[in-house]
Amino acid sequence: MFDFHKNHRLLVGTAGGIFLFLSLLIAVKPAYTVQENNAPLPGSLPANAEIRAGMNVFIEEGCVACHTQQVRNIDMDKMWGGRPGIPADYAWRQRIDNLRATPSTLGTERTGPDLTEIGERQPSETWHYLHLFNPRTVVKESIMPAHPWLFRSVASVGQYDNELTVSDEYRAGDRGHIVPTEKARQLVAYLVSLKQVDLPDGTTAPAFIEYKKAPPTVAANAPGPGAAAALPDGAALYTTHCQACHQANGEGLKGAFPPLKGSAVVNDANAELLAQIILQGYNAREEYAVMPAFGAKLSDSEIAAIATHERSSWGNKAAPLTADFVKKIRETIKTETTATTAR
Amino acid sequence: MTNSMKNSTTPVKRVALLTAIAGLIGQASPVLSQPTAATDVWSQPGIIGMVAVLLLVVVSVALLAIVRLGRVVQQLSTQPDDEREQEFDETVANLTPAQLALILERRNAVATYLSGDELAGDGYAHDELGLVSHVTTDMHAPLVAEKKRTFRSSDVDPKLIQLVSAYLLCATFWLVFGTLVGWYVGVKFVRPDVDHLEWLSFGRLRPVHTNMVFWGWTSLAMLGLGYFVVARTGNTRLFSYRLGWVSLLLINVSVIIGSICLVAGINNGGGEYREYVWPVMILFAIGLIIAFVNFYQTVAQRSTGEIYISNWYLLAGLVWAITLSVIGYLPFYQNGLGETVIQGYYMHMGVGMWFMTFTLGLVYYFLPMSLNKPIYSYSLGVLAFWTQLLFYSLIGTHHYVFSPLEWWLQTIAIVFSAGMFIPVLAGTTNFLMTLKGSGKHIADSYSLPFLLVGILFYFVGSVQGSMQAFRFTNLVWHFTDFNVAHSHITMYGIVAFLLWGCIYTVAPRFLGREPKQLLVGVHFWLALIGLLAYVVPLMVGGTLKGLSWMADKPFLESVVLMAPFWLWRAIGGTLMLLSHFVFAYNLYDMLLRKPVVRTSLPRLTSLTHV
Repeated sequence: MFDFHKNHRLLVGTAGGIFLFLSLLIAVKPAYTVQENNAPLPGSLPANAEIRAGMNVFIEEGCVACHTQQVRNIDMDKMWGGRPGIPADYAWRQRIDNLRATPSTLGTERTGPDLTEIGERQPSETWHYLHLFNPRTVVKESIMPAHPWLFRSVASVGQYDNELTVSDEYRAGDRGHIVPTEKARQLVAYLVSLKQVDLPDGTTAPAFIEYKKAPPTVAANAPGPGAAAALPDGAALYTTHCQACHQANGEGLKGAFPPLKGSAVVNDANAELLAQIILQGYNAREEYAVMPAFGAKLSDSEIAAIATHERSSWGNKAAPLTADFVKKIRETIKTETTATTAR
Repeated sequence: MTNSMKNSTTPVKRVALLTAIAGLIGQASPVLSQPTAATDVWSQPGIIGMVAVLLLVVVSVALLAIVRLGRVVQQLSTQPDDEREQEFDETVANLTPAQLALILERRNAVATYLSGDELAGDGYAHDELGLVSHVTTDMHAPLVAEKKRTFRSSDVDPKLIQLVSAYLLCATFWLVFGTLVGWYVGVKFVRPDVDHLEWLSFGRLRPVHTNMVFWGWTSLAMLGLGYFVVARTGNTRLFSYRLGWVSLLLINVSVIIGSICLVAGINNGGGEYREYVWPVMILFAIGLIIAFVNFYQTVAQRSTGEIYISNWYLLAGLVWAITLSVIGYLPFYQNGLGETVIQGYYMHMGVGMWFMTFTLGLVYYFLPMSLNKPIYSYSLGVLAFWTQLLFYSLIGTHHYVFSPLEWWLQTIAIVFSAGMFIPVLAGTTNFLMTLKGSGKHIADSYSLPFLLVGILFYFVGSVQGSMQAFRFTNLVWHFTDFNVAHSHITMYGIVAFLLWGCIYTVAPRFLGREPKQLLVGVHFWLALIGLLAYVVPLMVGGTLKGLSWMADKPFLESVVLMAPFWLWRAIGGTLMLLSHFVFAYNLYDMLLRKPVVRTSLPRLTSLTHV
């Protein structure tokens, strides 16, 4: 009966049949189930045609080869989102069109940062335009490809053209005004729209799996003894959260991001405004891009560590901050906001 | 065990099944369970296994080196022959006239001498094989060891030779072109601003590289060699040469159009190896279906009673690949996370059920052929076949461990990844036992070293893959360059090396033209050293990258720390690419070059000499 070695029909039929059965069991059925059992979360759909078009540009340019969009349920992925991803986060994804399949946005390589929350982490369109034009303009160490074909050079520039302030080094001799094309606008609209949405009331997010000890603290970080000695590593936090705009040398980028080196706000003996800007964000100066708020993302001690690092680097010489000080400012802001809303 | 599936919402039945399976595999719970403290790295089976398999390689290489070194030392310490000869010469030169006279006298005292005609008579001596006329006293010292020659097989259908040659030549074109692209994207890790052209950007070229070497090089080379195997083992002619040519055309067209689409930004959605849009991939699928019909019908008209084990793998590989393409491209269940389930399935089955399966089938034929002895065990081959089908089919989701995909799906993938030990061990044992006792044969052959390296990588690469699937090892290695190293160990170290071994075995037999042995050696060593220079740094760098992430270091640090490892990758890649140019020349030498009248016609030359 089992004469596979003599009966080619039986051999091929059995091998093919078993494979088809296993495929249905392990791939098709689970895929179908996960597709049917999940509805898009409120607010997670690409809100408009521009964002959807931006996602297509994202696929065209092969960004998924290096950027994941999945917050795994493990401790180390906490830096990429507030909660692990759930199937409903991806339920909105559909075939792009008749020609192209569903975008494979989860990714399998993290050569560049995860983008699940890039819109939260980096809301500045100016930064994204510069970064796409040539990543080295904002992150010197980056190895991401430049995308100059998403931009064009024009002789005169209108008010809403978002002209890029590009230094000569990255212009390749071009003297014109560099402005984003339609595709660049779509792509950036997509990127800044990427955020984890809140789960509906009554849904609990899955927990991160904890597998390590408490985060290490760098005791030698602060210049003086006392309260500041227990702060986390301010330099590392600066690299993660601030450096992409304000740069490693603290000098910012002309026409885009203000310098911290020698800045009056940073060096002020009264660090109230500095702490307030980090907590609340800042958008008061025309010539610079918007700064996001870090109040919800960073703890008091982390903000104190960053501020202390900024006040003691690049020739800045101001006193360190304590977590208690940041806490006080945070409470003041909260009271003020409540008062404003009450009024 | 069950507590490891805490997040699972599956029916009890499934859990029970899993428990039973995991129980069979033994100490599976640390493999599947949630990772605990990061500090006890050395208690993690995945890490221990990975280190063990890598150590196995290092230790065996070290042992080999010690044995070789021992031989060199031994040779140096024994008195060399020419010294003894010199001694003898001196003794003769120093003989006194009296001693010489004595020796001469003894010599003359011998009564008879042979005239030399005792056996041949007065007839004219023919030296048809050139045994005498080819004796040379010109003592050239070869640069490298001389290998045995391969002679023409006179009984191969010329039409089959043409077809197989066309497949191999097209495949080699895609190999050279595809790895040129791969080399260039590797260089871009070191010099990201080397160009700013839309069509040459990293994001667009990367899938061009992967798809071209998958569908262009590997698939065509496999099919070409497969036609030879299926006709020879069935002791029959190929069912249809015309279908063979149609299939070749379709696959080539699909790779050409697909590559143009990708550089133009027409990408199916970014899922790895599914980047060709369906109108392009359907050409490839039709090409495969036609090839399947051809293979199947050839087996059906075989004049042997049994189906040789190679054909099990070839036929199954084709059926599985066709099923896979259909499931991978049908849209009905691919919205939301459905796409991700299918993506994991598709990309892993592509490697395991198509490339690996088919290539193993080829080895079951070409390894015995080049050793001129039968395969060690038919039954082991059958065991490996069915376990490959049962275990490999279920492990696709191990590319998405800790993702939002269901926990039970991930667990099954991990359990069966470990189960892959069985087919891998069965296959490796079978090949190594076939090779056993043929050490001299390997040393004397220029094709067997390729097969040997491929077989060793088959073991190491597959074990590595199983280890990488465990939950703890995913913490360290997932998303890092370690995966890139692994995929090159498998698709290059295993598949490409095995294919080269097969090609060097069979191609010289077609027209009786051999490649230059020195250049085969150059190809072998450039490819092997290049591969090692590529994968070892990426494995080290990938590990450091993962550890840096686990320590919550700023992401940018993990980019900066990779710089030297990416440079090594570019260097290794350069050597690999160079080896492909050499291989392309060798293939041209074997299949296309105009015949030169030389020692390949010993009869004629020996006649003119006399």
